[in-house]
Amino acid sequence: MATANATTVVMEARGLVKRYGHVTALDHSDFELRSGEILAVIGDNGAGKSTLIKALSGALAPDEGEIRLDGQVVHFRTPMDARRAGIETVYQDLAVAPALSIAENLFLGRELRRPGVLGSVFRMLDKKKMREDSTSHMRELRIEIGSMAQAVETLSGGQRQGVAVARSAAFARHVVIMDEPTAALGVKQSSMVLDLIRRVRDRGLSVVLISHDMPHVFEIADRIHVARLGKRIAILNPEKISMSDTVALMTGALTPDQVAPDALA
Amino acid sequence: MSRALGAVGPFLALVAASVFFATRSDRFLTGDNLSIVLQQVMVVGVIAIGETLVILTAGVDLSCGTVMALGAIVMTKLAAELGVSAPLAIAVGIGATTLFGLLNGLLVTRINLPPFIVTLGTLNIAFAITQLYSNAQTVTDLPEAMNALGGTFHVGGTTVVYGVVVMLALYALTAFVLRETAAGRHVYAVGNNPEAARLTGIATPRVILAVYVLAGVTYGIAALLSVARTGVGDPNAGQTENLDAITAVVLGGTSLFGGRGTVLGSLVGALIVGVFRNGLTLMGVSSVYQILITGILVILAVATDQLSRRGAR
Repeated sequence: MATANATTVVMEARGLVKRYGHVTALDHSDFELRSGEILAVIGDNGAGKSTLIKALSGALAPDEGEIRLDGQVVHFRTPMDARRAGIETVYQDLAVAPALSIAENLFLGRELRRPGVLGSVFRMLDKKKMREDSTSHMRELRIEIGSMAQAVETLSGGQRQGVAVARSAAFARHVVIMDEPTAALGVKQSSMVLDLIRRVRDRGLSVVLISHDMPHVFEIADRIHVARLGKRIAILNPEKISMSDTVALMTGALTPDQVAPDALA
Repeated sequence: MSRALGAVGPFLALVAASVFFATRSDRFLTGDNLSIVLQQVMVVGVIAIGETLVILTAGVDLSCGTVMALGAIVMTKLAAELGVSAPLAIAVGIGATTLFGLLNGLLVTRINLPPFIVTLGTLNIAFAITQLYSNAQTVTDLPEAMNALGGTFHVGGTTVVYGVVVMLALYALTAFVLRETAAGRHVYAVGNNPEAARLTGIATPRVILAVYVLAGVTYGIAALLSVARTGVGDPNAGQTENLDAITAVVLGGTSLFGGRGTVLGSLVGALIVGVFRNGLTLMGVSSVYQILITGILVILAVATDQLSRRGAR
C-alpha cells in the first residue's frame, strides 16, 4: 500500500453494473488502472471480464456505476468517445484491413491530408508523411517490417498483431486495452507481441491486458485483476502468488481471504 | 506478386485481344474503328464506374442498366413532350437515377438487406416504371441540346465523341478520389473488412450509402450519353448493360468480395468486352458467339480472382 500513494490512478471504475435481461454480467464491479503499468484482467468464462472491457472501451454503456479517467467522470457511448479520450483498444480478431497497406491501416479513419490547397480543397492524402510516420512508429516499437506500402495480408500473424498494437500505441494518450493479443499466435510470435506490450508500457502508457494465458499474464503483468461472477474479487501481485493459486481464485476453489495478505496488490 | 498481376493482367488481356484482332482484320486498328469501339463502350463504361464503387464495398448493383433506362426516359420525355429545357430535363433525369441509388443504399444500410436482392428488386421496379411512364414507346424528336454529347471533334483525323471525353474524365476523377483521398480509401476498407473499418471509427453505413447514391449519379450520366448516342429515349435500353457493367468490373480485376480492385481496371474491362464484340463482328462471327465468349471471359476473370486470393492466404 506504500506505493499506492506514489502511483497515480489513470482509470478507475466504481460499482459498474450491466444486466442483460435476467443475467447480471457486471455486478458492482470495481476497476483501477495505474499509470505506466500492465494490468492483466483474468477470469473464467462468464466472469464479466469482456463486459468490463467493453464498458471501459466505450463498446457498451453500463447500467450503473461510474468510470473516471484522470479523476474526471467520463461517459463513453461509442468506442470513438473512448478513443477521443485517449483510450485505444486492440481487438482480438485483428481489426485490420488485409488488402490495405500497413501505413493505410495505421492511419485508417485518421488519415493525414496534404498541407495547403491540395489537402484542404482536393482532399489529397499525405501518403508520404503517413508512410514516414508509420516507419517511425514501427521502429520505435522495434517491429521489423520492410515497407509500409506493403499490404497487411503479406505479413505473418505476429506482424499483423504488431500493426494493430502499433496503431493503438501511436494514437493512445492514456490507455491501451488489449483483448487476447496472443490468442491466435504461435510461441515465437507471442513472445514478440509480449515484448511489444512491454515497450508500449515503457513509453509511459498504461496497458490493460485481457488474457486466458496464465504464463503470459505472469510473464508481463505488474498486477492482476481477478474477475469472478461479475465482480472484482482480488488484485494480485504476480510475484507473490503462484499460478495455481491464481487459477484457484479465478474458479472459486480459493477465496481471497485464504491467500497470503502480501499476495494482494 | 498477385496484386501486381491483378492490376496488369486485364491490361495484358486487352493488348493480347487487340493484337489478335489486328492480325485478323485490317480495319481493326484504324482510328475510325477504335473510335467506334470507344463510342460503343462509353455508356457501359460510365455505368461501370458506379458499379465499381458498389462492388468495392462488397456489394453489387444489378439494377444499373434499367435505372439508366429510366433516367433516359425521364429526361427525354420531359424535354420532348413537356417542353422542359434540356439542362433541367437532364438534371431531373439524373435526379431520378440518383433517387434509385438512394433507395438501393437505404435498403442495404438501414434494413440490412443483401445488395443482390435489393437491386434485383429495384431492377424490376425501375423497368416497370420505365415501361409504364413511356407506354413502352421510344421517345423521339429531342431538342438538339440533348444530343450535344454525341457531337464529335477531330484529333489528327480521328473522330472523337464528346461523350467519350466525359467518360474518360469521370474515370480520372474517380480514380483520383479512390487513390488519393481518405473517402476513397474508406471505400476499400469498408469492402475489405467492415468490422475493422467500423472499429477505427469509419461510419461504415454512410460510406455504403454514399457509394450507391454516387452509382445512381453515374447511371444518370450514362443515360445522358445513351440518349446522345442514339438520339432517342429507349425504354428497352440498358438491359444488356445490367450485366455488361458487372462483367466489365470483374474483367477489370475488381474482386466481387470487395476491397480490391481499381476503377481504371473497369475501363480496361469495358474495353475488353468492346474489343471482343467489335473484333468478332469485323471477323463476321455471329453475335451469339460474342455472348458466349463474354460469358467465358467472366468466369475466367472470377476464377483468377478466386485462385489468386487462395494463393495469398
